[in-house]
Amino acid sequence: MTLCIGSVMASSTDLDIVNVIKRFGAHAAVDDVSFSVAPGEFFSILGPSGCGKTTLMRMIAGFEHPTSGDIRIRGKSMIGVPANRRPVNMVFQSLALFPMMSVGENVAYGLTCRGVSRADAEERANRMLERVGLKGFGERRVTALSGGQRQRVAIARCLVLEPTLVLLDEPLGALDLKLREHMKIELKQLQGTFNTTFAYITHDQSEALVMSDRIAVMNQGRFEQVGSPRELYHNPATPFVASFVGETNRLQGEAAPVSNGAITVRLPSGAVVQGQGEAGGKNALAFVRPEAVALAQDPASLGNLPNRFEGRVSAVLFDGAASSLLIDTTGFEQPVRAVLPQAGPLAGIQVGAPVHVGWTADAMKVFAA
Amino acid sequence: MLTKRTSLKLATALAALMVVGSAEAAEKLRLLTWSGYAPADVVAQFTKETGIEVEVTTSNNEEMISKLRATQGAGFDLAQPSQDRIAGPQAEFGIYKPLDLSKLKSDQFIASMLEATKKNTTADGKVYGVPHIWGTDGLVVNTKAASKVADYNDLCDPSLAGKTSFRAKRPALIAFAFANGMDPFAAYGDAKAYAALMDKVGSKLAECKKNVKFFWEGSDQLLNAVRSGEIVAAMAWDTGGWKLNAENPDMKFIAPKSGALGWVDTFAIPAKGRNDDAAYKWINFNMRPEIAAKVAAAAGNFTASNGADKLMEGKLKDQFAESFPKAAIDNIRWYPAVPAGLEEIEGKVLDRLKAGS
Amino acid sequence: MIAKQASRLMLFLLLAPAILWLGLLIVLPHVEILVLSFSERVAPRVYAFGIGNYLEFFTEPLYWRTFARTAFMSILVTALTLVLAFPIALYIARVAQGRVKAMLLLLCLLPFWVSELVRTLGWMILLRETGVISYALRSIGLASQPVELLYNDGAVILGLVYGGLLFMIVPLANALESLEPAVVEAGYDLGGSRWTVLRRIVIPHAMPGIVAGCIIVFMLTVGNFATPVLLGGKNGLWFTEQIYAQFITRFNWPQGAAFGMLLLLLSSAIVWLGLRLTGQSLGTTLKQA
Repeated sequence: MTLCIGSVMASSTDLDIVNVIKRFGAHAAVDDVSFSVAPGEFFSILGPSGCGKTTLMRMIAGFEHPTSGDIRIRGKSMIGVPANRRPVNMVFQSLALFPMMSVGENVAYGLTCRGVSRADAEERANRMLERVGLKGFGERRVTALSGGQRQRVAIARCLVLEPTLVLLDEPLGALDLKLREHMKIELKQLQGTFNTTFAYITHDQSEALVMSDRIAVMNQGRFEQVGSPRELYHNPATPFVASFVGETNRLQGEAAPVSNGAITVRLPSGAVVQGQGEAGGKNALAFVRPEAVALAQDPASLGNLPNRFEGRVSAVLFDGAASSLLIDTTGFEQPVRAVLPQAGPLAGIQVGAPVHVGWTADAMKVFAA
Repeated sequence: MLTKRTSLKLATALAALMVVGSAEAAEKLRLLTWSGYAPADVVAQFTKETGIEVEVTTSNNEEMISKLRATQGAGFDLAQPSQDRIAGPQAEFGIYKPLDLSKLKSDQFIASMLEATKKNTTADGKVYGVPHIWGTDGLVVNTKAASKVADYNDLCDPSLAGKTSFRAKRPALIAFAFANGMDPFAAYGDAKAYAALMDKVGSKLAECKKNVKFFWEGSDQLLNAVRSGEIVAAMAWDTGGWKLNAENPDMKFIAPKSGALGWVDTFAIPAKGRNDDAAYKWINFNMRPEIAAKVAAAAGNFTASNGADKLMEGKLKDQFAESFPKAAIDNIRWYPAVPAGLEEIEGKVLDRLKAGS
Repeated sequence: MIAKQASRLMLFLLLAPAILWLGLLIVLPHVEILVLSFSERVAPRVYAFGIGNYLEFFTEPLYWRTFARTAFMSILVTALTLVLAFPIALYIARVAQGRVKAMLLLLCLLPFWVSELVRTLGWMILLRETGVISYALRSIGLASQPVELLYNDGAVILGLVYGGLLFMIVPLANALESLEPAVVEAGYDLGGSRWTVLRRIVIPHAMPGIVAGCIIVFMLTVGNFATPVLLGGKNGLWFTEQIYAQFITRFNWPQGAAFGMLLLLLSSAIVWLGLRLTGQSLGTTLKQA
C-alpha cells in the first residue's frame, strides 16, 4: 500500500470526468459533462429519471463507453479498460447479490477473482462482514437476509476490494421509507469510517441532500449545477435546480425594473413580488422556499417585509416538524406553501382561517424564464 | 383442458366410429404378406370377381410371427410366412389354424412342392401351410468390380473390404455354415450340436464383419448401394439380383458353389382369422395360372402354381437359366422346418455378431 | 355439504381423462412388462416364474456391454449437446431480442417438423460414400477417393446430438433468461473474468436448466432406436436394438421385457446419480423443464 501513496499524491482527485459525451443514435444521453471528485468525498448526481445519470455511472463502471471525452481515475484514463480491471466497484440498484452464493462467498468473490487464496479471502470477507455489522452471517443464503442486511452485503462486497471509488446506483430505491431513512444515515457513516470515495446517483433529492458532500444536479444530459447541498438549496443556479432541489413556491410573471436593489416581478394578476437575481428577458420565474414564508394573523407583525400578502388557509398538511400550510393568496394562481412551526402561535390553525404571509426579497430567487 | 361438453362429444364420436368400423367389416380380407405379393391389379380383379375387399399389410417373417403372437393370431385373415417358419412358431405360440385342404383346388399346385410344403408345415398331424411363391438366396455380384466372387466366403475376401454386405439374419448363418463345410440342417434335431455349429459360424462371421459395409435390412437399401457402387457383392435374394441385371448386365445373381438356399412362402390362416372363406377364395384365385404368373412377375420370383411357368415372361426365365445351370438347381438347399428353440441359439450368435466390432 | 361433494365429483370428472391416460397407457403396460419379465419359458406354451431373464443380462457379457456402451455413448452425446447448446441458448436468452429470438427458436424447432426417420435419412444422404459431403470433399480436392462418413460411432453421435439439441436449448434458454443482467454485470464489476463469471455465476444459475436438459436428452438418446440403427450400421448396436431383437426376431418376450425394465431402471439410476452429483432436486429440475 505504501507504494500507492505516490500515485495518490500525484493526483489530487479520485475521479475526473472530462467533456464526456455519450450518444445513442442522434440522442445525447450525456452531453458534454465534466466534473471531479476528491478523495474521500461523497459525491451525488441528482436528477430525474432519464436525465442520463445512469448512463454516466455505467460509463464510469465500464459497462458503457463514451462517444467522446475522457474518464480518469486517479489520473489514469479508463478508456479501453474493461469493467473488471477498473478500481471501481458498483452497488447496483437491485443490489445484484449472487443468489447462488452464501453471504460470505458474495463478499469473498472479488478477492478470489484477484487471486487471493480461498482461506485468506474468507477471512477478509468475515472481517469485512464484522465491520458492516453482519458478524456470523457468512454462511447464510443471501435470500434469507432482510433488505437492510442485503444492502450492507452489497456494500461490503465492494469495500472489501478497497476500491478507489464506489459507485452507488440508487441502492435505497427498493427499501421501505423507514429503512431508507435509516440506511441514509448508515451509508453516510460507513463512507466516513472507510473513508472511501462514493459516487451516488439518485432521483431523490432528500437522499442526496442528507448524505452528500457535493451534489451535481443533472438534467437532459447536462449538469445544471455542482455544489454543496447548502449551496444548491440556498443559491440554485438555475430554475431547474431551484424547483428540483427541496420544496419551493414557483411564481411566473414579467420582470419589471429594478428598485431598491431588488428585481420586481409582476404576476399575471397584477400582484408584484420582489426578489434577488437577474432578469435577462421579459419573462421571469421567482422561487421562495416554504420555510422562508413568514406567517402572521396580524399584518403588522410582518413589519416591513417587501412581500406581504393576505390569504386563507386552504389545507393543513400536518407532518410533525415538517408540517406546512397551503394558503390561497390574493393575486396568486397557486396556493402558497408555508412551513407551519408546531411550536408557534399558529400551531392550531384551521382550514378557512385568514392568514397573512410575507417574505424578504433575499429569500426570493428570480431567474429569467 | 377438456370441458365436460367436449369430452362428451368426443365420447359420442368415438362410439360412432366403433359402430361404423364394425359395420363396415362385412366382406373384407385382411392379408399379411410380403411386398410385391399382392399387386394392385390382382387385388382389383379379386374384388371385382368376389366383392371382397383386400386390406394388404406388408411385412417379413419375424414381424409376421410377432404381430400374430401379440394378438394370439387375431387381426389378419391370411398370412404368408415361409414354410420353414410355421411349425416351430405354431408349436410355441399357436398362432395358426389348420387348413381345410378340401377347400383348396390342389391340382392348381405343383404337386411335389405342395407335398413337400405340407410335410414341412405339419404340426400335431395337421397341415398349416400351402406353397405360393418360391425363390432362392444367393449372391448378387457386380461382376466388373468383383469378378472372383463365387461363394459366400468370398464376401470376406480382403480385396473387397468395405464393399460387401449380407443380412444379419438366419439365412446368413445357414449359408456360411454350408460354405464352410458344415450341414446345419442335419444338426436341426440336436440343439447342442446346433449351438456348437452356430458358434463356429458366428466366429467365422465375426472375422468377416470388418469386410462388410453394413448389414442390410431392406432390399431397397441394398439395391441402391449396389447401383451406386458402394457394394459390389452381397448375399441376397435372387429377385433383387435379377432386377439389377435387367438394369445393368454386369450385375448378376450367382448361385453359390456351396448351394443357393431355397425358400418357399406359403399361405397360412391365423388362429383368430374372421374370414376363412375369403382366405380360401384368395388362395384359389391366386393359384390360377394366369394370376400366379402376374404375381410372380410382380414379385420377380417363381410360383408354386401348376402351369404358370408357361405363361411367364421370357426375361426371368433367361435370367434363371443363366443363374442356375442344372447342377446349381440340384444343389439348392431347401430349408427344412425350424424346430422350436433354434431361433434362440441363432439369435444369440447374431447378437454377438452385431455387438462385436 | 352437497355442494362440496358435487365439486369433488366435478374435480374427479375433470381429472378422469388424465388418470385414464396415465393408468391405461403408462402404468398398466409397465406392470404387464414387469410381470412378463419374470416369466421363463419351460416348454412350448409353458412359462414359469423366475429371474432367469435378469440373470441372463448380467451373466452374458454381450448384453451388459451393449448397455454400458449405450449408456456411455448417451452420456457423451448429452455432454456434447450441452456444450453445443449452451452458447446458442446464451445467445437466444441474453442477446437476441424480439423477432430475432422467436426466429432462432423457430430455427431450432424446424428440424422437428419432419419425423426422426426423415431427419436421419437426411444425414445418410449427406454422409454416405456417394453422398453430398464426400462429393464436396472430392470436388474441392481435399479427398482423392470417396469418403465413407456413415456407419460409425461418429455418425451416430452426430445424429443423436442433432436430435437432442432443441431439448437442451429450450430449458437452458429458459433458465438463462431468468438471470438478472445486473448480476452478470456485478460479476464483471467485482473483477471477474469472462470465464469466472461463466463458471461462478452463469452456470450455477443455469444449473436447474442444465440438469433438466441433460435428463431429457439422455433419456431420449438412451431410448433412441432409428438413429443408431440407420447411421451406425453394423457398428452402432444400441441397447434398444437388443430389446427389439428379443421381441421381434427372437420371439422372446420375457427376455425383451426384462431388458426393457433394466433399461428403465439403469437409466433412472444414472439420472439419479447425475442429480446427486450436481446437488439438484428433481422438483426444481422439473419446474425448469
